[in-house]
Parts: sequence; structure tokens; C-alpha cells
Amino acid sequence: MSAQTDIRPATLSSGLTPDRGERMKQLWHKSTPYWFMSPYIIIFGTFGIFPVFFMIYLSFHQWNPVAGLQSMRYVGLENYVLSLTDPMLWQTMWNTFLMALYSGIPQHLVALPMAYLLLLLGKRARHWLTTAYFLPYVTSTIAVSMIFFVMYSKESGIINLSLAWLANGSMTQWLFGWLNNLLPLGWVQENSLIRYSVSFVVFWKYVGFNIVIYTAGLATISDELFEAATIDGANAWQRFYHVALPLLRPFIFFAVTLTIIGNMNLFDEPYVLTRGLSQASTNGMTISNYLYRIAWEWLDMGSAAAISWILFVVIGVFTGLYFWFFGRRGLGGH
Amino acid sequence: MSMKNRLGVSLLSLGLVGSAVAADIRFDGFPDYDSQLNAILGGFSAHEVGMLMNEHGGHHDRLKTNLATGSGAGDVVLIDRGMVGSFIGEGGFVDLTDWYAPIADQYADYAVAQGQAADGRQYAVPVDLGPGVMYFRRDYMEDRGYDLDTVMDSWDSYLEYGRQLKEEGVLLIGDAAAVATAYWNFNVEPGNGLYFDAEGNSLVTGPRFKRAFELARQVRDEGMDANIGEWTEEWYAGFREGRFATQMSGAWLLGHLQNWMAPDTAGNWGVSHLPDNTYGTWGGSFLAIPKQSSNHEAAWGLIEYMISESIQLAGFANIAAFPAHTATYDNAMFEESIDFLRGQQARLLFAEIAENVHPVNPHRGDQIAESLIGTALEQVLNDGMDIDRALANAEQQIRRRVR
Repeated sequence: MSAQTDIRPATLSSGLTPDRGERMKQLWHKSTPYWFMSPYIIIFGTFGIFPVFFMIYLSFHQWNPVAGLQSMRYVGLENYVLSLTDPMLWQTMWNTFLMALYSGIPQHLVALPMAYLLLLLGKRARHWLTTAYFLPYVTSTIAVSMIFFVMYSKESGIINLSLAWLANGSMTQWLFGWLNNLLPLGWVQENSLIRYSVSFVVFWKYVGFNIVIYTAGLATISDELFEAATIDGANAWQRFYHVALPLLRPFIFFAVTLTIIGNMNLFDEPYVLTRGLSQASTNGMTISNYLYRIAWEWLDMGSAAAISWILFVVIGVFTGLYFWFFGRRGLGGH
Repeated sequence: MSMKNRLGVSLLSLGLVGSAVAADIRFDGFPDYDSQLNAILGGFSAHEVGMLMNEHGGHHDRLKTNLATGSGAGDVVLIDRGMVGSFIGEGGFVDLTDWYAPIADQYADYAVAQGQAADGRQYAVPVDLGPGVMYFRRDYMEDRGYDLDTVMDSWDSYLEYGRQLKEEGVLLIGDAAAVATAYWNFNVEPGNGLYFDAEGNSLVTGPRFKRAFELARQVRDEGMDANIGEWTEEWYAGFREGRFATQMSGAWLLGHLQNWMAPDTAGNWGVSHLPDNTYGTWGGSFLAIPKQSSNHEAAWGLIEYMISESIQLAGFANIAAFPAHTATYDNAMFEESIDFLRGQQARLLFAEIAENVHPVNPHRGDQIAESLIGTALEQVLNDGMDIDRALANAEQQIRRRVR
């Protein structure tokens, strides 16, 4: 009895507004995915999109953060003019560019043959070794840089101690004796060495990442191609050069693009190795380090924002040039 | 982690949250001030005080963000001397003049002046000082027949001492840059700031900086220093191994040497004023109230308590924070001899320096000038750049950057 009375009003009301109920249901259905996505959208909007627009706004203002938000003053293009005529900006850009080259090129020159070697070694060894090479990549950059800072240290660092051992050892003296004139080397104190010291850390940290990309790439190449080449009498080197390398092009293109972008944004390694920009900073400071200094030490947010846009354009230009020259072939003609 | 431990930790964190909620004012600072507050807050019953401690750099970065956004700062904040110039003149802090002026004459003049902005108002008050001194190894000084007064007579005699030590295989100092820093910090012309004069013109191409750079270059070129950056593991090792004969610094270096840098060298050290009888300061901290605090009166209550005579003495005893309150210098504590310094009554020297330092006016461009001058010094010492050129470059950059 009660069940019947319950059903009737229900059918009645749904009969009265069938469209509205249906529409609500549809709307709910359509919007459901957005509800699920909303946490991401809100977080990305707050920390990803908003800062980009705020930076554009900021780059046209002079603002000392310590004076509060209300102290922002519109200055037009002044920050850009000031930055583009700043010799330090060009110096740091040159530093960044050189360190990007010194660390970037060896990364790929080592990673490519290494990935091929791993392939030759077979599955088991490959899994273990790839993991080992990948380990530096997942380790905290700050921790890595601090360890290297200790290794680079002038008097007690393992690098200088090893060099001294080579230079004075009875077996090795004839070859390395000349090092005695140079030791101890100030790896992280001297402006003449700092770029190499930083670049080596970057190389060491990211070479494994590229090895992983290239082993993955090599795994996509069918074994039949290698077999066919072997039957035709190609040796290991020829198989690498004539078979593996051309087919790896899209992977090389991808990995090099990431290297360009990553290296131009270099911050942590030089920051730690120059001890917070307090030694060998003339040659060791990157653009990112410089804009951090302007923003947080010199409290000039507007100028720092302008520099980060300049850096953005520079990275854009480098990547664009790379695409222009290598894009078509890099992407396998697509 | 055992169940019991886990329970303990969660109870502890609950307890922390609890005390944070109960506190009606909060102190933001850096260690060791947490030890000092824990020791003294028992005597401050007017308000419940919470604490937010971060390491030195992190604390100041956080404070910058708080001031930028106008929220999140504590009611009382601790500010290092190096930052005070760029912080206080920008309108983020409460004007303390009316509260502080009646008692200001009880504190070291120069430090009081450092807490004033260009408008002459007091926005930060000194809580501890860093009298600038020279620590030296007695075993390389009187034990080897050198006379301290002759060595410290002038900067030239100091360098001459370094040359003789070098013959004996001892380095004068760890990093030549410290010689330059000490010279330009401690010889500021009356009425000027460190890097700017009263009108805000840059002073870095002046004779003070030239001489400072020349001294450091002599030390470096003649091989009297180890070319080891300060505050690195190798620098500490240099102290432990007794490689350096002198180090100029704030009086506070004593605590570091004694507690962790080189405790085994106790009894080998002494302390002196700088060469040429210079009085100067090296470090020190200030207290201020951010405008965003909702309880200015209570915050001032805490500051007043922290800078009162007995608490200043307690700070000296607890964390070796040298008192800004000059009446404390008559206390018997100052006459105690210090074993680490072979029984020297060093605190009397610190007090004498604190009372004789001339005020140096902070400028909002100090941070910019400091890092640009640091780069110039590095270029001169490491890359052999001409001093005049390096300083001219620095000045040009300072002009551009200080807007």
C-alpha cells in the first residue's frame, strides 16, 4: 500500500517535468569529468598559469617585495632596457651557453654508444646497468652538487688527491709529473675552471637519462634489421652507424631538445658549486642564478621578471633554430 | 618506528599545534634564538609567545615573502644586520620611535643608528652586537717572539708579520678577501655608510676600497693566504690543523671556534682589536614589528623584555649573543677570563669596541653593492684584474641597479 502511494507521486512529477530532470542529469553527466579534474585545474591555474601572467605584469613594474604589493610602480619598458644593456646579463648568458654546450654535447656522445653497448650486453645486464646509470638522475641535485663540491675541494678533495698521487707515483710520474706545477687546482674557486667543473656534474647527472631514452629507442628497432645487416657482413660498428643511428633520429631529436631547454635553465649545480654565487661567480653564474640574485638578494622583482622573459625568448630561439635545422629529419620526415 | 615512538611523535606534534593556537604573539627568527627564548620566556607572563624558527637564509627569505604579500609574518621578527638596511626603510615595519626613544641611550649608539631609516625614525632595535675583532694564534705570536702591539700597529705591520710567518710555513689567514672586507667595513668615514654617502652617492671607487683591495691583493699575490673560501669544510680543517695565524670576524666567532670548529686548539688563541686600532662591527641582530602584526603593543612588550638588562645578560650567557645594552658591560661576567683564549679577559675588549664604534648608516642599496663589490674583489684576487677597473665596473653597475 505504502509502496504504491510512493510510486505514484514519483511518476506524476517525472511526468510533469521530464525535460528538466533529463537536462539536469545530462548536465551532471557532462560536468562530472570536470569535477574530477578540478583539483588539478585549480592547482595548475594558481601555480602554473597565474604566475605566467603575473610575471608579464611584473616585468613592466618596479617592485621591491619588502615594501609590499601596493608599492608597485609602472615603469613601462625600463626593466627590459635596463636588463638588455646590462653587461652582467650577457656575461651570464654566455656562461649558460658554454656550460650548456660543455655538458650537453658529451651527454649525447656518450649516451648513444653506451645505449648500443647495453643492447649488445643482453637483457639482464641491460636492466641492471640502466638502473645504475639512471640513479644519478633521480638523486637530489643539491645533494649531488654538495658531494661534488667536497670532491672538488682544493686541499682534501679526492680529485686533487688522485691527481697528486698520479703526479708523484713512481709508475706514473713520467706521464703526469707536469701536474705538480698546477696542483692544487681550485676546481670551484677559479674562474678558469668553474665552467668545466659545473658541466661535469651536469653531464654525470643527466647522461643516464639519455641512456634510458636511447635504450628505449633501440628496443623499438626490429631485430630483423640487425640480423639482415649481420648476414650482409656488417660488423658491430657498422650496424650501429648504418642501422641504429638513423633509426634513432626521432629519439635523438627529442633528447637533444630536452637537453637544450634543461641546460639553458641550469640553476642548482652552479649555485651550490659557487657556494651561493660567492666564489668564481664571474664565469660560473648562469642566467637563472643571476635573476634569482636580482629578485631575492637585490629585491628587484620587476627586473628579474624581465630577465626571465628574455631567457624564455632565448630558449625559444635556440629550440626554434634546432627545429628549423633538424626538425624534419629529426622527426623522421613527418 | 615503534608504536610507542609513533604515539609519542603524534602527541608531540599535537602539543606543538596546541601551543601554537594558545600563543597570542609569535616570534620569527633563526637559531640559536630558540634556545634563548626557551630559557627566558618563563619570566614573560604577560603573553603567550609562540616561535617560528628557520635557518638564517630561510628565515630572511620567508620574511621577504611575508612582507611582499602582507601576511604571514610573526609579531616580532629577528633581522640580521646585513638585511636591516634594505628592509626597514620600505614601510613594512612599525615605527618604534615613541616607545624606544626614552630608553635608546642605554644601547650602543652605532647599533641604534643602524635601526633607523633615512627618515630618522626607529624601525628596528638592536638586540645583539658583533664587535669586530681579530682572533690570532698565540703560539704563532708571543710564543715565537712576536709582539702583538707591534704586529697590530698598522695594516702594513700586519702584512709584514704575514711575510715572516710565511717563511716559517704558517699562513696569515684563510682567505685574503677577509682582509679587504675588514678594511672597508672598519674604516668608514664619519657620516658615511658602508658603500654610500649621506646623499646616496656610491663610495666604492674611493680610497677606502682601493686600499682594501690593495691589501688583499698583496696577501694573495705574496702567498700569505690559503685561498680557501670561508665557511667551507676546508676552512674549518685549516683552523683545526692550525694553518692560519689570524682571522678577523665578529666576536661571535669565539663560540664557533670553541664549540665545533676547532675545540682542540683551546689555549692557543687570543683576541685583539684590528690593525691600526680600528673599531668596527661584524654582524649583529635587530628586532622589529611588521605592520601586518595585529598586536603591536604585545609585540613591543616582548621586545622590551628581550632588550632589558637582565635578559640581555642571560642571552650572553645562554647563546653568547653580545648585549646591545651597554649597562650590562659593568657586570662581573665581563671580567671572567676565557680559557679558550689562554685566560684572556676578552669580554672587556668586546665591550670597549662596542662602546667606541662610530655609527654607519644603512642604505637600501647595501645588498646590491655588497655582492657587486664581492665580485669585483674576486676578479682582482683570482683573475688579476686591475683594481681601478674592477671598482669602476662595480660602481657603474651599482648606479644602474640602485634605482
